[in-house]
Amino acid sequence: MALAAEPGISGNKLAVVNLTREFNFKHRKITAIQGISLEVKEGEFVTILGPSGCGKSTLLRIIAGLTEASSGQVYKDGRLIQGPGRDRGMVFQSYTLFPWLTVRQNIEFGLNLKRVEADRRHEIVNHYLDIIGLTAFADAFPKSLSGGMKQRVAIARALANDPDILLMDEPFGALDAQTRLVMQELLLKIWEETRKTILFVTHDVEEAIFLGDTVYIMTARPGRLKARIPVPLSRPRSFEIKNSRVFLELKTSILEQIREESLKAATMMPAGCD
Amino acid sequence: MRKYLKLNAPIPGKLYFILSVSAFALLLLLWQLGVTVGHLPPSHLPPPGAVARAAVALATDGLIGDIGISFFRVTTGFLLAAAIGVPLGILMGSLKVAEAFFEPLLAFFRYMPASAFIPLTIIWLSIFEAQKIGVVFIGIFFQLVLMIMDVTQNVPQDLIDTAYTLGARPLEVFRRVLLPAALPGIMDTLRVTLGWAWTYVIVAELVAANSGLGFLIMNAGRQLSTPDMFVGILTIGVLGIICDMAFKALNRLLFPWLEREV
Repeated sequence: MALAAEPGISGNKLAVVNLTREFNFKHRKITAIQGISLEVKEGEFVTILGPSGCGKSTLLRIIAGLTEASSGQVYKDGRLIQGPGRDRGMVFQSYTLFPWLTVRQNIEFGLNLKRVEADRRHEIVNHYLDIIGLTAFADAFPKSLSGGMKQRVAIARALANDPDILLMDEPFGALDAQTRLVMQELLLKIWEETRKTILFVTHDVEEAIFLGDTVYIMTARPGRLKARIPVPLSRPRSFEIKNSRVFLELKTSILEQIREESLKAATMMPAGCD
Repeated sequence: MRKYLKLNAPIPGKLYFILSVSAFALLLLLWQLGVTVGHLPPSHLPPPGAVARAAVALATDGLIGDIGISFFRVTTGFLLAAAIGVPLGILMGSLKVAEAFFEPLLAFFRYMPASAFIPLTIIWLSIFEAQKIGVVFIGIFFQLVLMIMDVTQNVPQDLIDTAYTLGARPLEVFRRVLLPAALPGIMDTLRVTLGWAWTYVIVAELVAANSGLGFLIMNAGRQLSTPDMFVGILTIGVLGIICDMAFKALNRLLFPWLEREV
């Protein structure tokens, strides 16, 4: 592979090159995403914004190595991705805590796979329990946690494994508006501390702007990247920034761009996700 | 009163218990009334007292032995079916190639009633213990495998994907996610199939046996001893409910993490 010839591949944390994914749905070929290319720098917080549909999740799943691309490649640190791995942690929209494990056991799941010794494991888990504020629930089973608490643990579980990139597929999508706000601030706080490279998919415009250094807008099926918008808001950010002029103007302009796409998506034939 | 009639709303545990017990009491009462007021012939419906006396008499005259031998046949057939069926079902549920190979075959066998195999089992296994165990095995094995397969396939894909993104390899996903996630469903399948095992052991004993609860009922029938038949039938019910409760208690103990009480 001629890496030197492609500066986008070797210079970035993550490089997505001309990614397309098709799948069959009731004997029709559906193109979920088409010709997507993007680059993510080390430590960058990228949000991907688009209407409901399958494209965004499909993109994230391909980067995670859980779904195969029909064509195109994904490179991490210049190396071709060929399957799932612990270097790309993922947080899903559905609650994915292992219900038979306690909060502590969930967070240390990846550490156990890596055979991290007990003392070190404890140290890491306690650190993240502290960050997410659930130390008191360390020995509780997920069944006794609220939705927001479950997602906190899911984030802690992904981070405790120390991935290079954190992939987040609408992780706050199932939470109520208040909890969502709290979770967004928590995530920013964690990101300020860890400076992980994050790829965050959402259909919420405010969320995309509030969290991201860069917002990508995706079109309705077939999913393509329509615009790349740098967010000129300073860090660290807190929720007050959502009322600032810059924020509101950015929101208005993005809403206009995404409106056409949402209208298109709303009148489209439904198709299953893969 | 109204608050207990809300759809699907919980009720106090004590009330639940009282209602359950009163259903049994009511049945007993109706039974007694049928005999004393309704004058149903005792040869058809013996009074509860007569059945109780028959139970006491039988208890010292072979009932325990019959329970023991039926219990042995049920457990052996059940354990054999589970020992082969659970691993096979899990394999079929997690590997499509295994499903494609076994599923149609087993689904085909599932539609052949175990009772239809009884003459064949007599030719193959004579009329000794192996034949009774064989009928139990045929009766539950095919259903059990297919149910275990289904349970395994219903493990949420997101849990499996999560494990992959945390660095698990396929075998680790199998051992650390698929198995623990499927285990409550597997136990529940075993509970249900154990109930069926009791049905098939009785069928086997009604046809060809000289011991066991099925034989007791058949023999009582030949002598037109309705109270003894009642004792045999009721004993099976009692054993069934004990097995069921034991399984439920075990599940509560094993799976304290389940959202729903099993």
